Amino acid sequence: MNFVAVKMLTGDRSKYVGLIFAISVASMLMAHQASIFGNIMWRTTSQIQDVRDAEIWVMDPRLRFVDEIEPLSDNDLYRVRGVEGVEWAVRLYKGTTRMKSPEGRLRAVVLMGIDDATLVGAPRKLKLGTLADVRRPDAVIVDEAGYRDLWPGQPLTLGRTLEMNDRRGVVVAIADSSPPFLSVPLLYTRYSQALSYIGRERNQMSFVLVHPKPGVETAALTQRITAQTGLRALTRDDWAWTTIRHYLANTGIPVNFGITISLAFIVGAVVAGQTFYLFTIDNLKQFGALKAIGVSNRRLVGMILLQALIVGGIGYGIGMGLAAAFFETTKNLIALRGIVLLWPVMLGTGGAVMVIIVLASLMSIRRVLVLEPAAVFR
Amino acid sequence: MIAVGATQETDVAVACRGVTKAFGTGEARVEALRGVDLEVPLGRLTMLVGPSGCGKTTLLSVIAGLLDRTAGEIQVLGVDTATLSGAEQIAFRRTHLGFVFQQYNLLPALTAAENAAVPLLVGGVARRRAVEKATELLEVLGLGARRHALPAQLSSGQQQRVAFARALIHAPRLIVCDEPTAALDVDTGRRVMALLTHVAVRPDRAVLVVTHDNRIFDFADRIAHMEDGRIVGIETPRKEAA
Repeated sequence: MNFVAVKMLTGDRSKYVGLIFAISVASMLMAHQASIFGNIMWRTTSQIQDVRDAEIWVMDPRLRFVDEIEPLSDNDLYRVRGVEGVEWAVRLYKGTTRMKSPEGRLRAVVLMGIDDATLVGAPRKLKLGTLADVRRPDAVIVDEAGYRDLWPGQPLTLGRTLEMNDRRGVVVAIADSSPPFLSVPLLYTRYSQALSYIGRERNQMSFVLVHPKPGVETAALTQRITAQTGLRALTRDDWAWTTIRHYLANTGIPVNFGITISLAFIVGAVVAGQTFYLFTIDNLKQFGALKAIGVSNRRLVGMILLQALIVGGIGYGIGMGLAAAFFETTKNLIALRGIVLLWPVMLGTGGAVMVIIVLASLMSIRRVLVLEPAAVFR
Repeated sequence: MIAVGATQETDVAVACRGVTKAFGTGEARVEALRGVDLEVPLGRLTMLVGPSGCGKTTLLSVIAGLLDRTAGEIQVLGVDTATLSGAEQIAFRRTHLGFVFQQYNLLPALTAAENAAVPLLVGGVARRRAVEKATELLEVLGLGARRHALPAQLSSGQQQRVAFARALIHAPRLIVCDEPTAALDVDTGRRVMALLTHVAVRPDRAVLVVTHDNRIFDFADRIAHMEDGRIVGIETPRKEAA
């Protein structure tokens, strides 16, 4: 009878296409918006994720997220270095400042000051130049998106100059950094150089980056650092999730995306449900005839669920294809680079589509279950 | 499988004794059947006739097990269907009954052959085999060339013949037809009835036709007249008399 169910479904072309369209659009919207949301949330942690040399971030205990800085003192660095199990601990500066390009444009930038000696915290992937060049005087590394923002339409070239706090900077490398949350250029320079770009403040160290000795458990070391120094020590992942939770709790981003995703779900469920219900109503006489002939309720429910699964599966497939095509098409745009269709989102959307088709078929199933086969004689 | 056949000894496919059927309760209670006594013999085409609202279709539904009776006894092919569970009743209908509906109720997305094959598919026969068998039957009914046509591409008479094929395909012992000629013109109706009589009536099978179309009464072996929920007379036309 599965073949009968399939032919009944595909025989009514307009409703069949309508159902698939509704589920395709709903799943595409849900996956699209949820993926952008997930990627944007991940972007809030991009500067944490890009530091791969250190497993532990130590910070002022009042810090709530990575873009909120409470400076540490040099003494804090030494105290961290004194904790058992720490192989090395280095400074990291992170802050926002203004830079002036040679064309006189003032731009906000994120400035990362990496340890002068070890260069821990430097970007791993460079599009142009070498990391060693950052040791040269006035050297800065700029991320590719920032470069294209500062010098739009111009080829990637080293040696360009900029100015911060009346001090000169020279681009010695271009980094392929993870996209930051804010669309501002990301500059890397040595810690000492960064301080000269900032000036004035007494304490400027934002974080201490720590690497444990071999065999030392990272989580245990974070607890020990916290206990011995009074500072807050978190693993890279914990710090990233702390930052994400802050943005989730304190911005309108999840609400805005949530509304769109919810609307996609609701509209998808309503349109699919209504169309599926109409499809069942149109076939009620036929369902009645099948009941009279000797098709059990269980089999009829199976037929309806099979029909729902088919439109759900096809609609979901098309929706995922459209979402993937969007991200593939836009992957080279600066604003959307790095935003991809996330597999957890695909799974979640699949679950949502399942819920939609179950909801859509419930009314139909109920209508068929209460249908008296004798009605076929009326 | 429900054991049937006790009635073969008596040549009675359906035996109704004092069957009543009421709808609603209290003041809204309506008695559609008021003590029906009727026997439908095997090997005969029995017509159930009467004015609109006399209870013909209700009786047909009760006999077919599509409606529960309120009181009385019904033996269908020797089985008191009231004693069967819901699943057994469905299986009984699937195996032993064939249905012809007034509006045919063919599945619009299936071809003629596929529509005729539905009872076999419901019974678990493989699709290819079921359609092959349905095609053979359509050939007998003169529709072999139209086996791939959808219902919408068939005339009313052709659709009714497909409905006959669907009712006959699984060789049921009892065929119930509800107003089979109501949607047909006189000539087509008579041709369809002639075909039904030719292919459906067998010694081990009974055909029960509900109709108010007096132009086809001459195809009946027995005519049961209903009025106001009761059988008021049994007529044996010339065919049986002869």
